[in-house]
Amino acid sequence: MSAKPKIALYWAASCGGCEIAVLGIHEKILDVANAFDIVFWPCVLDGKLEDVEVLADGELLFTLFNGAIRNDENYEMAQLLRRKSQVLVAFGSCAHEGCIPGLGNFSNRRQMFDWIYHDAPTTHNPDNVEPVAGGWDFPEGHVHIPGYWDTVKTLGQVVDVDYYLPGCPPEADRIWEALTAIMEGNLPPKGSVIGADVTVCDECPRAKNEKKLKKFYRPHEIVPDPEVCLLEQGILCAGIATRSGCGALCPQVNMPCRGCYGPNEGVVDQGARFLSGVASVIDSQDPEEIEAILDTIVDPAGTFYRFSLPHSLLHRVAMGRQDLQD
Amino acid sequence: MSEHNDFEPVIVGFLCNWCSYRAADLAGTSRMKMPPNMRDIRVMCTGRLDPTFVLKALREGADGVLVMGCHPGQCHYVEGNYKAMRRIALLKRTLKQFGVEDERVRLEWASAAEGPKFAQTVAEMTETIRRLGPLNWKRLISSNGHREPKIEPESEPEREEVAA
Ligand code: SF4
Ligand code: FES
Repeated sequence: MSAKPKIALYWAASCGGCEIAVLGIHEKILDVANAFDIVFWPCVLDGKLEDVEVLADGELLFTLFNGAIRNDENYEMAQLLRRKSQVLVAFGSCAHEGCIPGLGNFSNRRQMFDWIYHDAPTTHNPDNVEPVAGGWDFPEGHVHIPGYWDTVKTLGQVVDVDYYLPGCPPEADRIWEALTAIMEGNLPPKGSVIGADVTVCDECPRAKNEKKLKKFYRPHEIVPDPEVCLLEQGILCAGIATRSGCGALCPQVNMPCRGCYGPNEGVVDQGARFLSGVASVIDSQDPEEIEAILDTIVDPAGTFYRFSLPHSLLHRVAMGRQDLQD
Repeated sequence: MSEHNDFEPVIVGFLCNWCSYRAADLAGTSRMKMPPNMRDIRVMCTGRLDPTFVLKALREGADGVLVMGCHPGQCHYVEGNYKAMRRIALLKRTLKQFGVEDERVRLEWASAAEGPKFAQTVAEMTETIRRLGPLNWKRLISSNGHREPKIEPESEPEREEVAA
């Protein structure tokens, strides 16, 4: 029996990148294994759900929980791990704000099932089989399928969260900082987002001059000047509305910031902030010309809310127009 | 759209201190008739209007948002109203993707002398929103992931269109 504090790492609706990011701390992972007893980490170790269920409440010192909440299983695991953990960390953009799975909030369960199980050109499903919440009974036993939600939620929207570690995925240095803070018992106030307070622009080394735009470009439509601010060149860069902490890695390799660290300190709605900044650098005072310039922004909602839709003020698209009536 | 006979629209108005807010005053002191549906919020300039304000209003129960400022070329801060023009234009495009009708957010200009225009705009906006019906955003976005985590497959809604 080890006397080391017990910890868990879990993934809900996510891509697995956050799991890899944990390993991005390289050999320091051995320090983590030395300091803690990792009871549950489905991606990497062979722990089982029962190993968590038998624990006393609060017996886990902490859980790093990545992934958004989009089905019954995600939700049940969030509740279970919340109960068993003293400290619950929303790890990565999905748990923090919904992230790419959160773009599902531009759609709903029915539309997604239609596409995935019926309409997508690569789908072959002659019997029109769809997952049924609850599952099926087979001679060999019951296969359980968790119910799939219309709406993706963040971890903080379904359980109480102690810390947020943003990023898609979080940068290894920030992860290590968070882990050392926990190991040394040197934790910030509850509810803190672990990152910097300022925006990515602040960390970005590109030259910033006055921005005046007549047209926007998607990254593949232009070869950007490597020294000058990308937004200034008409590329929609979310650095203006995004918390730094990543080291402004994307703009340094000619890719615009996508916004994965979420809104900077004090900002409620990252999309609104991004939108506001982009609109204000348009160089026109003529309504018609403004509309023509805006035509060059493909999918504004998806661009402004790429990582933060479930966390945004509007949360998702309207479910169905019939709700407008009666 | 069905009838909304007892529906009284809630409209949040963001009025520029230097013009439309005074136009509202003028309309009031001149005892012009207008519907009582708008809740006015004074801002120092339409350029101060963070799109967050509009989203928050819609989310918290407003059926429509009317933003009014100085005529182009007459902004007290030179170009705040041009910024508002661009922001509202982009915000409307974004809101459309969320399924919010275009008419629910409107930008108009009214100078301090334009009491009648103010009253008329409020009346028009109220009628437009009355015709559209309540927005009721919180209910509009409630879904199986909101009410409760369990999904009953039988009770699932019919195929829905996401408003483009
Ligand atoms: S907008 Fe993007 S490219 Fe420009 S300074 Fe900010 S982060 Fe750098
Ligand atoms: S001062 Fe009235 S819109 Fe700027």
